[in-house]
Amino acid sequence: MGINEATTYEPKILAFCCNWCTYTGADLAGLNRMKYPANVRVVRVPCSGRVNPQFILRAFARGADGVMVCGCHPGDCHYTTGNYFTRRRFMLMKKVLEFNGIEPQRFHARWISGSEAAKFRDAVTEVAQVVKALGPAATKVTTQASSKAPASADIESSVQKEGAL
Amino acid sequence: MSKVGVFVCHCGTNIAAAVDVVRACEAAKSMPGVVHAAEYKYMCSEPGQQMILDAIKEYGLKRIVIASCSPRMHETTFRKMLKKSGVNEYLIEIANIREQVAWVHDDKEKATEKAIDLIRMAVAKVCRDEPLKSQMIPITKRALVIGGGIAGIQAALDIADAGHEVTLVEREPSIGGRMVMLDKTFPTLDCSACISTPKMVDVSAHPNIRLLAYSEVAKVEGYIGNFTVTIRQKARYVNHDICTGCGACSEKCPAKVPSAFNKGLSKRPAIYTLFPQAVPAKPVIDKDSCIKLKSGKCGVCEKICPLGCINYEDEDMEFTEDFGAIVTATGYQTADWAQMYDEYGAGRFPDVIDGLTFERLVNASGPTEGHIVRPSDGTEPKTISIIKCVGSRDPKKGRAYCSRACCMYAAKHARQIFGKIEGVRVFIFYIDVRTPGKGYEEFYDKTREDGAIYVRGRVSRIYKEGDTLICQAEDSLLGKQVRVKSDLVILETAMEPAEGSASVAGMLGAAVDGDGWLTEAHPKLRPVETQVGGVFLAGVCQGPKDIPDTVSQASAAAAKVIGLLNKNEMESSPMIASVEADKCSGCSACEAICPYKAITMGEQPGREAGGNSKKVMRPIAVVNAGLCQGCGACTVACRTGAIDLLGYRNRQILEEVDALWV
Repeated sequence: MGINEATTYEPKILAFCCNWCTYTGADLAGLNRMKYPANVRVVRVPCSGRVNPQFILRAFARGADGVMVCGCHPGDCHYTTGNYFTRRRFMLMKKVLEFNGIEPQRFHARWISGSEAAKFRDAVTEVAQVVKALGPAATKVTTQASSKAPASADIESSVQKEGAL
Repeated sequence: MSKVGVFVCHCGTNIAAAVDVVRACEAAKSMPGVVHAAEYKYMCSEPGQQMILDAIKEYGLKRIVIASCSPRMHETTFRKMLKKSGVNEYLIEIANIREQVAWVHDDKEKATEKAIDLIRMAVAKVCRDEPLKSQMIPITKRALVIGGGIAGIQAALDIADAGHEVTLVEREPSIGGRMVMLDKTFPTLDCSACISTPKMVDVSAHPNIRLLAYSEVAKVEGYIGNFTVTIRQKARYVNHDICTGCGACSEKCPAKVPSAFNKGLSKRPAIYTLFPQAVPAKPVIDKDSCIKLKSGKCGVCEKICPLGCINYEDEDMEFTEDFGAIVTATGYQTADWAQMYDEYGAGRFPDVIDGLTFERLVNASGPTEGHIVRPSDGTEPKTISIIKCVGSRDPKKGRAYCSRACCMYAAKHARQIFGKIEGVRVFIFYIDVRTPGKGYEEFYDKTREDGAIYVRGRVSRIYKEGDTLICQAEDSLLGKQVRVKSDLVILETAMEPAEGSASVAGMLGAAVDGDGWLTEAHPKLRPVETQVGGVFLAGVCQGPKDIPDTVSQASAAAAKVIGLLNKNEMESSPMIASVEADKCSGCSACEAICPYKAITMGEQPGREAGGNSKKVMRPIAVVNAGLCQGCGACTVACRTGAIDLLGYRNRQILEEVDALWV
């Protein structure tokens, strides 16, 4: 990475947001015209408990500089218990990432309710800063190799089997 | 091949001012699968929708991406539109470029880049969308109400009045619950029985209500609109079809046991009605205290009954009924303070009683006909101490919550005492006085005007000095220890979930919180629903509350039930879990993680493990479309990737992820 590249470097961060809390909170941030860096791309999921760890590995493999998983506050899950599993799962996730040579600071799990627009703004702003300071992730797998990415082998195979629609 | 159409909305200038919509539209045209892209000022408007419908015809579009406001805003609008066009309404994705792009980013260049990214993600996902079809679930137009306290009574009456059949199940021999035990109710001091017994009679007389007293729910199967419930009618040993409730049997019964209804202040026979105004007003035999049933000798009731109603051979009977909706109104019990409060004598002092016992003591139809006397010697107390928050607001005793009604009923008890004993002194020990409610603060003020002495402090010890009890406490306003000589001490004990409510919740699949209260689907916006479709909450089973709140909640739950039962069938969301049979190993990890009990293990033919070709039946996960709410927890738990969430399949989400880095 050259010096000029460093100054213009804008990380791409993927955020999995649950439909009921954080996605709503993100919408509310828009409604309130709050401003935050344009680095985050949101994927809407029904529940943070829907987020398979393999999605995260896949994002890093494809070149994500940071990944967020956001859901309802523990105890407030729309589906009662989904985010408890998320919480446990992603405590471990940090260690898995570290083991795989991905800085754990690139991965963030946050609880943001539908009314916490400011919290959403602050969270994505903070993560964008942290990730920007880390620089581009070194984990991007080249296209050829990534089609056989071991991290998401079984999902990958199902995609290949089904083929394009 | 996918034939995707992309439509970029300006939303007036809402989007167009911050995002270069024309550039975004142009970029969309070169995305894989896209055959047509267009932009327009207002996509959601009539002409906007028409433009999309025309494009579907003209270009033979099979899938649609709309880049506009949040899907939470107009996803349904565009789905309805698609339905009109003949394209399956689930072959659509929305790229949220208003709330999550235009409104939050000032830099037009970066905003446009992000908008294009989001459109590309939506295009990638829509290419993997499948046509989905929602199922129509038929609805059984009958409701079950569990619990015959005031909450259950109110809910049953409201549902029945709306024209639906209701079965009310109560485990005691009579409905009425806690409310009929009370003497008067705050803040109006009207007689509790006078306002609750007419409602009880209404229940028994209502043509749409089937009252099953002395019965319990034994098993619940099914899902919203289609529950099958097994009800156990406990053996009554009395044929209620012919019994007239004359009461001759109860009068002559030689067995006498402490009456639970009167909190042990009096005795009742083994063949009994719960109280004189009981509904149904017909007796049952309590098999644990009946001499005939225990030892075979006696049989007095059989001899005395003029109609031959007594049947000592009676047995518990189970039967099933179908329901479309269930209201849980299992109520509460007061905490067993004697087990927790050694410092209050742990039940050794007969003149330390709980609030519900006092209600029976002060009740005109109670064992003392409303005379307030000391249980120990029958004398009239001259000084009475009332202690609030016994068991409540005390994490050390296991309950951090406030029982909500006690501040008011402590004040009410004081008022009742003043009305009955001249020259009496009443001390009320409190932590805080909480009186939120219409007319409540005024009631509390009047109680103090009447002479109740409020002492701020928790009583640390009750001990005996001669005939009187001493309540020792720190008056935290004076900063001094105080000792109050009392002839009678009333403990306003905590409410706790009724015994057995956890097992009812378990049968229904409804969640309970750490204190055992049933959990509502959302504390503010869905307060009477549980997270189990078709199961609703009424009254204290959901958390401590007073009678007005209980009745309000019961009517609210009834309104929800009526809304459901007014439909003949309901549409279920097709975005639910789906199992790929070949891959399922039958490990049942999904069954364990499902919060809705929507997954059960069925069987499918397969081959035995180990390479031989022996045919065996092997387990497979089966998803119940009525119960599944589409959270997707199972998909992550699945080790083989056999279970997936329709509408949010693994590959759909992965396509979205991949689309970000092309």
